[in-house]
This record gives sequence, structure tokens and C-alpha cells, in this order.
Amino acid sequence: MSDIKNVLHMQDITMQFGGVVAVNGLTLDVNEHEIVALIGPNGAGKTTAFNCVTGIYQPTYGSVSFQGEVILADTPQGKTRRLYGGDVTPDPSLKPVHKTPDQVTKLGIARTFQNIRLFGNLTVFDNVLIAKHMRAKQNVFSAVLRLNHAEEKRMREESLELLHMQGLAHLKNEIASSLPYGLQRRLEIARALATGPDLLLLDEPAAGMNPQETQELTDFIRQIRDDYHLTIFMIEHHMDLVMQISDRIYVLDFGKLIAQGMPEEIQNNEKVIEAYLGVSDDADD
Amino acid sequence: MKNITKNKNNLYSLLALAVLLGFLAFLQSDTAGYSYQISILERSAIYGVVAVSMNLLTGFTGLFSLGQAGFMAIGAYIVAIFTIPVSARASVYYVSGISPVIANIQLPVPVALLLGGLAAAGLAALIGIPVLRLKSDYLAIATLGFSEIIRAFIAAPMFDTITNGSYGLKNIPGFSSIFTVFGLAALCIALMVLLINSSYGRTFKAIREDEIAAQSMGLNLFRYKELSFVISSFFTGIGGGMLAMFMRSIDSKTFQVSLTYDILLIVVLGGIGSVTGSILGSFLVTSGRELLRFFDEPLMVAGIQIPLFRSGFRMVIFSILLMVVVLFYRRGIMGDHEFSWDGLFRLIRGVPDRLKRLKKTPLKAGKGGRK
Repeated sequence: MSDIKNVLHMQDITMQFGGVVAVNGLTLDVNEHEIVALIGPNGAGKTTAFNCVTGIYQPTYGSVSFQGEVILADTPQGKTRRLYGGDVTPDPSLKPVHKTPDQVTKLGIARTFQNIRLFGNLTVFDNVLIAKHMRAKQNVFSAVLRLNHAEEKRMREESLELLHMQGLAHLKNEIASSLPYGLQRRLEIARALATGPDLLLLDEPAAGMNPQETQELTDFIRQIRDDYHLTIFMIEHHMDLVMQISDRIYVLDFGKLIAQGMPEEIQNNEKVIEAYLGVSDDADD
Repeated sequence: MKNITKNKNNLYSLLALAVLLGFLAFLQSDTAGYSYQISILERSAIYGVVAVSMNLLTGFTGLFSLGQAGFMAIGAYIVAIFTIPVSARASVYYVSGISPVIANIQLPVPVALLLGGLAAAGLAALIGIPVLRLKSDYLAIATLGFSEIIRAFIAAPMFDTITNGSYGLKNIPGFSSIFTVFGLAALCIALMVLLINSSYGRTFKAIREDEIAAQSMGLNLFRYKELSFVISSFFTGIGGGMLAMFMRSIDSKTFQVSLTYDILLIVVLGGIGSVTGSILGSFLVTSGRELLRFFDEPLMVAGIQIPLFRSGFRMVIFSILLMVVVLFYRRGIMGDHEFSWDGLFRLIRGVPDRLKRLKKTPLKAGKGGRK
């Protein structure tokens, strides 16, 4: 067991908006080269959990570590402490750490969005090229005076290569928003890959896809994991996809973790079935 | 095949450039006779620089700022203070005298222009720290406020020995020839175009398109917004310095909010997100205002004076023309496209078709369906 390398560790993550506890004491682990899925009914707090990993939200309590380094941590103080509604008792000695989303991306976490967020009016090629900017060695003067042409050329070649591998090269001059839905999803993943991540977060990659497209996506996700040595953490509703592809599954309901385990275990877990199908009132009492 | 058209287009560009230079040389040969035309063209070129720099911010980075007049004032005053000949200063600062700190410093024009740009950029960097946290309309209001603060400081009595308060500054050395103005303007615009087409320009566009996505691409939003704001203000400052040299005398009233609106008008008319649109817009707006001047003169037809033709009427006509243009070109003349020869030829070839269609569709058939 000791050779399993932990990539992402969330410890007691609690995210509270006013009185609403969206994520409640979530603890989970994602190990290297795994595909881990986070599932749960609508409004369970899955995307909020993602936003806590990427630094869009600062968690109310808890910590997130990536490859052993704490990237986000906080403990409620003052008014937030009085309003705190999480189940885990906060440890006041936890030192706050807040990396912004761009810093998190630089460390090697890339993500896609539930409602696609491409640079709509730019070309497919530019969408990928922008992701390369972060790691380019240049400054604004060298860029304006074109002293960075070697770097620029490298960025362009790498972007084009990436588009070739994703089967989008023939569309490189198309405007991103004009692509069909499925290809927009694929471009968003390609763009995330261009940032050179170790961990890829996919927020409902199969949303709005038909069964055949979903099947293609399943193969595609496995393929990119192997090609780019990635660890993948995803939110998904399509159970076929989740059960086929995941090494492990975490299930959230009303912000709380209700189950975790291998796909077969989850499929037969009573709590999960209850959460998804609902429980009759008399059974509940 | 592609290469041939490319060469052809380069040839057209060279020809156009030669025609422009020839035309400028022709005007330059008789500066006294064509002083009116020269002044229109010079003002257009200077407004062009400021309009492109505003477009860099508004059209390419998606930051709607209305601080142009303030940054122009900084550039203009720096250039004026450091270039008025030392011998002429006594006659300029005749009311409250000149501060001994600046009394004997005279800088060459290029250095003063650069300094003006740098001062505007430095101030923008400071203002940007609080202001760039705001978005859209709020950012516009905040920058507008700062622009007025700058103007108020310039006019404040306590700075009389530096800015000469409400008396303004005069005897600013002018441009030796129209080529200097056009050359400088072309240089500034070329640098901005190089920026827009560089990796940094792409990050600006990414921020304009989607801030959250840009952030998740590893771009520090504040850093790049600040960069765009500072660079835009740098060129706005240089534009202001050029305006001071063009006008030869300035005072704080020159840099009122209406100056910002003039620039905004140019940017919107030319097309938000189009550099060539801004250049085209600045020439159209500046010369349009002058060409309509005959509406201000009293007009006699068959011995009867037409009542509307009097001073100020041209601005009515100008506004109507603007409305017409904006109605027909919702996104400005160029939209967010850049000028290209192919585009121009396509437009010319399309004219007969359009006319035909215009004849076929009866005027009454409006697009907006009424219920």
C-alpha cells in the first residue's frame, strides 16, 4: 500500500453560504493514476466541492492538499464561527492558506466547467494557445518586440500537436462557440490539458451527450489518462459512464458523504439507492 | 495561389501608403495654404492614438474605463511644463510665478513625451489597484471620477506655480511637420497592434471572453488587467502630450469629460475591438465635425434666410448622422473585424446586389414584428 501516491486530499471540507451548509465535513482522497468519481443527486454540493479544490471558494473549514502541499485551508473566526453549522468541530489552530485559482492551475490542477466556459469569440487554436501562456518564458517587452519568437513558435507547435491528438486540428481556425456541443466539451478538455496538469477535474463531462457520445467520452477519458499520466477526479450523473470508468466512487447527499467504495459496492449500497430514488415517508419514521 | 493574393494585398498596402505619403507631402509643401486641412488631419491622427489605446482596454480586455481625459491631461501637462522654452516661461507664468524646481529644466520633446506617458502609466498603476476590482459600469464611473480629480488638481490654486492654474500653459513648441505627427501616431499604434497580436494580447482577449475560464488557465486576473490598464494609459498620456504640442496652448478645461466622450464616440463608431475601426473613426468624426461647418453659416435661398442654419446647427446634423450610422452598423463601422483588402473588394462587389435588394423590399416592411 505504501507505493500508492496521494495526489489530492480533502480534509473535513465544509463550505457554508450564510446559513446553508453546502458541503459538510467532506474528507476524500484521490491517488495517482486513479479515476475517481464524485456523484450525488442535484444540489448535493458536488460542484461546490470542486470550487473549493480550485480556489474559486475559500472553504469555511477544512484543508485541501495537492501532492502533499496544503493549497487551501481555513477555520471560521468571529461571526462565521458563531454561524458555523458544520458537523465537524473546527480546529482553531488550523492556519489559513488561500491559493487563487490561477496559482492552483500553475501547481498542476486543471479543470473543465459544468456549463462550458470556452473563449467563445476566439478560434479553437487560440483557446488552446492561451493555456500555454502561463508557462511561457517571456515578458511583455520581449513579446511586443517579438524577441520571444522561439518561445512563441514552441507554444504554437505544442498547441497544434495537442489539437492533432484530440482530433480537433482540422477545426483550428473555427470560432470556438460555433462548434457543436460535443466538440466544445472536447475542446475544453484539450484546453485544460494544455496547461500541463497532473490532476484533471472534470465537472459533468457527459452532460447533454447521447449514449454513443458518452461511450466515446469514456474511451477518451481513459486514453488521456494514459497518454498524459493524469489523475482524474470527476463529477458525473451518467451512471453507465461512472460505473464503467471509475476506480473508486464517493457519493454526496445534502453536502455529506454518504458512501464510498468500488463501483460494485456503490451500486448495491442502500443509502445511495435511497438518496437517488427517495424513501417513502412511512419507512423513514 | 494564397501567396499571390498575399503579395497582391501587400502591393495595395504599399500603394496606399505611397498615396498617403504623397498627399501629406503635398499638404506639407504649402503649410500656410492648407493649414486648415493639416490641422484636421493632425488632430485625427492624435485622437487615433488615444482611441486605439482606449480600444485596447475596452475592446480587447473588456474593461470599460472613462478616464482618458485625465491621463491625457497628465501627458499634456508634463510635455508642456518641460518643453516650453526657458526664455518664454516668464511670459507664461506671469501671474503667480514659476516654481524654482522646474524653472530651468527643459527637456527634448521625445524625452518629455516619454516622460508624459510614463507619468500617466505610473498613476494608472496606482489608481488600478483599487479600481480594477470593479466591473463594467462601476469601473467606468470610478475612472471617470479619477479623471475629474486629476483635472481638479491641475486647476487647483496651490499648484499655480507648476500648472499655472486656470490661466493654462502656452508657447508649447509645436510639431515641425505633419510627418512627425503621423510618424509618432503610427509608431504608437504599431506598438499597440504588436501587443494585441502577442501572447499577452491573447490573454487580454481571454479575460474579455470569460474571467473565470481565464483564471483557470493560470492567468492572474489582476496582473493582466493592471498591465492592460497601464499600457493603455501610457499611450493615452503620449496622445495627450501630442495634443498639447498640436494645440500649442492648454488649460484644465481642455481635458473635461467631453474629451473622453469624443474618444468613446470614435471607438464605438469605429467598432469596439477593431484597431482599424478606431483609426477610421477618428478621421471620420474629426473631419466630419469640420466638414459640417457650413450648417453653422446663415443660408439664403432666393432671398429668404433659412431659419435653422445658424451657429450650433451642425452638431444637430452631426448627432443625426451618428444615430443613422449606429442604427445601420449596430456594432460600429468595422464591428470587431480589421480592415483587409479582400474585405474591401467584397464590399464593393456587393454594392450592386444590395441596391437591387433595397429596390425589391418595400420600405414599409419593417423587421420588428408588432402585435
